Amino acid sequence: MISEEQVRHVANLARLGLTDEEISRIGGQLDAILDSIEKIRELDLEDVPPTANPLDLTNVLRPDEPRDELLPDVALSTAPDPVDDMFAVPRID
Amino acid sequence: MLDLTASALAQKIQDGEVSPREAAEVANNRVEEVDDRVNALLTRTPEVALERAGRIDERLRNGGVRPWEGVPLVVKDVLSTKGVRTTCGSKILEDFTPLYDASALVNFGKDLVMVGKANMDEFAMGSSTENSAYGPTHNPWDLDRVPGGSSGGSAAAVAAGEGWWAIGTDTGGSVRQPAALCGIVGLKPTYGRVSRYGLIAFGSSLDCIGPMTRDVRDSALLLQAIAGHDPLDSTTANIEVPDYLADLEGGVSGMKVGVVKELMDERIDAGVRKVVGRVVDELEAAGAEVGEASLPHAYYALEAYYIIAPAEISSNLARFDGVRYGLREQADGVHEMYRKTRERGFGDEAKRRIMLGTYALSSGYYDAYYAQAQKVRTRMIGDFREALSRYDVLISPTSPSVAFEIGAKTDDPLAMYLQDICAVPASLAGIPAISVPGGLSDGLPVGVQLMSNHFTEPLLLRAARAAEEVAEFAFSPRP
Repeated sequence: MISEEQVRHVANLARLGLTDEEISRIGGQLDAILDSIEKIRELDLEDVPPTANPLDLTNVLRPDEPRDELLPDVALSTAPDPVDDMFAVPRID
Repeated sequence: MLDLTASALAQKIQDGEVSPREAAEVANNRVEEVDDRVNALLTRTPEVALERAGRIDERLRNGGVRPWEGVPLVVKDVLSTKGVRTTCGSKILEDFTPLYDASALVNFGKDLVMVGKANMDEFAMGSSTENSAYGPTHNPWDLDRVPGGSSGGSAAAVAAGEGWWAIGTDTGGSVRQPAALCGIVGLKPTYGRVSRYGLIAFGSSLDCIGPMTRDVRDSALLLQAIAGHDPLDSTTANIEVPDYLADLEGGVSGMKVGVVKELMDERIDAGVRKVVGRVVDELEAAGAEVGEASLPHAYYALEAYYIIAPAEISSNLARFDGVRYGLREQADGVHEMYRKTRERGFGDEAKRRIMLGTYALSSGYYDAYYAQAQKVRTRMIGDFREALSRYDVLISPTSPSVAFEIGAKTDDPLAMYLQDICAVPASLAGIPAISVPGGLSDGLPVGVQLMSNHFTEPLLLRAARAAEEVAEFAFSPRP
């Protein structure tokens, strides 16, 4: 069982605000989902390497050359609160 | 014109029998006629379609128009479209207008005749399109039923004849399952075959952009248009794009076809199994060598997927923080701003998966869940390697059921996740998989899924074309 305290802790890690009602409802749903997912722990996979990507890719490099990029005023055109040439945020607390 | 396949319309455009502008007008009119009922499109773009069609009209006089150009297309609202609102089905991007086009769309051609941006489950999380912040899409076969998801808007648009074809995305079945439920063809190409640049990310090790079309030939043509290496996406394969149409009519004589036994068990509705069984029998009659294939870890694939995908989601959706784009809620401090913005901007399923993924990646649980799921993934790939050393293609249902009623599964996330049981094995392995209409069960379409090895789309499309032929499923726009 995942406790209410754990649900609040995870929500905080994810910087996700949740109402008390959501904490309770999503917490219950997480329990049910985690219960069904438990099944994969019955497999003995100790010596199996993990797969992070289905293709056999190694690091892909490219020459470090300038190319056309977004100009600052264009890049900032989608920002909720642009100030001068910067993305502005409320004070860091 | 509305009954033509995209390929047939493309030919008429090349031959000068139909102008791209006429085609765009037909598509725009069809959207006006049906989309208030279907809700396939979040943003209609009739002027964009007409303007670009007009440019192709001009270019046709000088030649150099590629074979697929001028055929009106619908684009899932998760692909960035320069100057056209892109919401991902989410409130957090309600007013977001991208600054560039996704590479797959650039590949198609700069004058892409786009009739609209398609509805979807929020950030492509879901199997019914009910997780859209803008209301569900209705299945053109029965407006009280879901079109599947997450590319449900794209699938419904094609089935309704709102444009001739669509681009969807598939992370764990999101092209194939809605294609199955709407009676169209949906192809998830090999991971890395189509550039993800400009695709707003969900599960970066799983996401694939794929064609949603009226038939298999259209699927091959649309893949031809969008595939290819892209320096802007380091996970695209630097492998030459073959001619996907060349072998299409080669048939299945002598082809080895394995029926996946784990995906034909009692978890699949009897009516669905019956349709798939009939197509398999017909393929055998057409000369295929049919046998039983086994993917033992398919029984663990859904569970592994529902750890890996949420883990990647929780990481990818961290970018929606109210700083660079999208919604921002006002607050005194930056942390409170993040929390309030994300609380207001994300819907239920997004919140659930962010929570699940954050939990699975958090200290103390990482090895038990995330690392274990990555190992199951290794095993799943091994299963496919073994099965595809004995068979050329594998076959299974696409989805365990036909289209269900709107609202039937919205209160039970686990029941919804089960829609993906047949689709996620191929997603974990990164292999190509296609859904082809196989027939009807209870008057609703059933999809047959075919899978093959990495980068063997020509073979897969050839088998799919044969399956389509024996299924004798005729496309016509609905409702």
